[in-house]
Amino acid sequence: MAPSKTYSDNSKRPTPEAISIVGASVAGTWQALAFAQAGCPVTLYERHSGDLVGATSYWAGGMLAPDCEAEVSEPLVARLGHRSLALWRDALPGTRFEGSLVVAHTRDRADFERFARLTPGHARLDAAGVAALEPALAGRFRDGLFYAAEGHVEPRRVLPMLYRRLAELGVVLRFGEEVAPHELPGTVIDCRGLAAQDALPELRGVKGEVVIVESRDVTFTRPVRLLHPRWPLYVIPREDGRFLIGATSIESEDDRVSVRSALELMTAAYALHPAFGEARIVEIGAGLRPAFPDHAPRVTVEGRILRVNGLYRHGFLLAPALAELTAAFVVDGQQDDEVIHAGAPAHRRAPEEVLS
Amino acid sequence: MLTFYGQEVASRLLIGTALYPSPTIMQQAIKASGAAIVTVSLRREAAGGKAGDAFWSLIRDTGARVLPNTAGCRTVREAVTTAELARELFGTPWIKLEVIGDDETLQPDVVGLVEAAALLTREGFNVFPYCTEDLTVAGRLIDAGCEVVMPWAAPIGSAKGIVNPAPLALLRARFPDVPMVIDAGLGAPSHAAHALELGYDAVLLNTAIAKAGDPVAMAEAFRLAAEAGRTAYEAGLMAPRDFASPSTPVVGTPFWHAATS
Repeated sequence: MAPSKTYSDNSKRPTPEAISIVGASVAGTWQALAFAQAGCPVTLYERHSGDLVGATSYWAGGMLAPDCEAEVSEPLVARLGHRSLALWRDALPGTRFEGSLVVAHTRDRADFERFARLTPGHARLDAAGVAALEPALAGRFRDGLFYAAEGHVEPRRVLPMLYRRLAELGVVLRFGEEVAPHELPGTVIDCRGLAAQDALPELRGVKGEVVIVESRDVTFTRPVRLLHPRWPLYVIPREDGRFLIGATSIESEDDRVSVRSALELMTAAYALHPAFGEARIVEIGAGLRPAFPDHAPRVTVEGRILRVNGLYRHGFLLAPALAELTAAFVVDGQQDDEVIHAGAPAHRRAPEEVLS
Repeated sequence: MLTFYGQEVASRLLIGTALYPSPTIMQQAIKASGAAIVTVSLRREAAGGKAGDAFWSLIRDTGARVLPNTAGCRTVREAVTTAELARELFGTPWIKLEVIGDDETLQPDVVGLVEAAALLTREGFNVFPYCTEDLTVAGRLIDAGCEVVMPWAAPIGSAKGIVNPAPLALLRARFPDVPMVIDAGLGAPSHAAHALELGYDAVLLNTAIAKAGDPVAMAEAFRLAAEAGRTAYEAGLMAPRDFASPSTPVVGTPFWHAATS
């Protein structure tokens, strides 16, 4: 995408300028934080209530795993992901990031070696190493890969925490309000996820199904990925003995969970540790990940509306770095060519804002 | 020219559309492979309404002909229902028929396969059955109306290449006029070349390309290998012999020395 000289006009905009953000899932919440920290007055709109039931972030795993994701992702995801990890550390000073662990059964050795070849930043562990990190897995796996630089957050806990931070910074939070980005005044950051398909025709939904279980018999300190040729899965420990088992990846915009997917997820968890057979099912649900065809995120500039989208399965991994780049673009006119794209100038208000 | 159900086919490499890092890479890999036919696995839940539309249109954009697949179906009824949904969704009578008999190896249930093939043929489908190298099964599929037969090289996703070349060579020799595609189990371009050298008309694969470190480069490698294998078959391969046969006679070596050395 060729950079347009019109972009530099942004630097001449008077600051601080008022910013409206649509969507308070992880992408929009971080945008609000970045703009508020840059000194802009910010209003954040969200059609759901404050607990985000129904939003994709509600079902997210919250893994911050830029090294593991290199298996299937463009280098851009790793670059933004490592920056985001630093921003999460700054935002959550009391939180320890414990890395992540990858294991495979002996018969899936080929998948294990392939994963090791395609991902950086890991140390190889033997059985004793696996047991030292996660005692619950002692005696179950002969090899492991440990990604020490990675971490995870609990989406349903950190988003409310960030909302409180936003309120302290003077951000106006308007939950339960459905607004159209082009009807809002001033600079608008559209973070509606899949709901932005009306403006971003390339966007599609990729279904991800998860199961949340509760077990007193297993304890993990960090996310554990089990490689399998057909059913790769991760199990993420949460508070109160809960675990999120995820996630399928299905080319469908249907948002219900199929019996087959539930069986596959729970069978894979049982293969990771038989104690999951006795776990209680707490919730089963699905979210639709918003994805562009290249599975890379984009900030599409359409005049005064900036559409932040395509975070796909990396919402929590990419949101902080994308917010930082978006705010730097709007406030300081700095343009990251890999992320900031000129879009079709739809919904424009004034002709002079049309990008060439 | 190779034809499937009366349609001329420009490439002897057919590839799948699953497991790629992204649809963009899938599209680039299809282009690099030169494949004129791509298989698409249909999950029941993705068939209703607009559920999977965005992905299907990314596949249609490649210009390749779609061969829908009843991947993962375990019963005749399930396979027939999935085939009917696929015909409605993609507007084609072509169907790659998979009836899985074993969850571990994904080995075809050949009994269910023959039954489903007969049912679907009566409904007007053009069936591409995924089967084993068994001669009798292939015969029954042809009797049921299949004009193309697709025996495996090895279990799906196993990357072992052709594990039973002798029965596959026999199958090829017994049905010389039926288009036959080696489907599943190919891991390396040399495996694809081997299949075409045996006289098979085409190969079909997915995982070896989609899960390569660079799927687009691997697609290109398979394209070249399929061309090499077919060209070699047409050129006439040298038959293996049980002992070395020097191309230049070693004049002057007494034959009794050759026999004892």
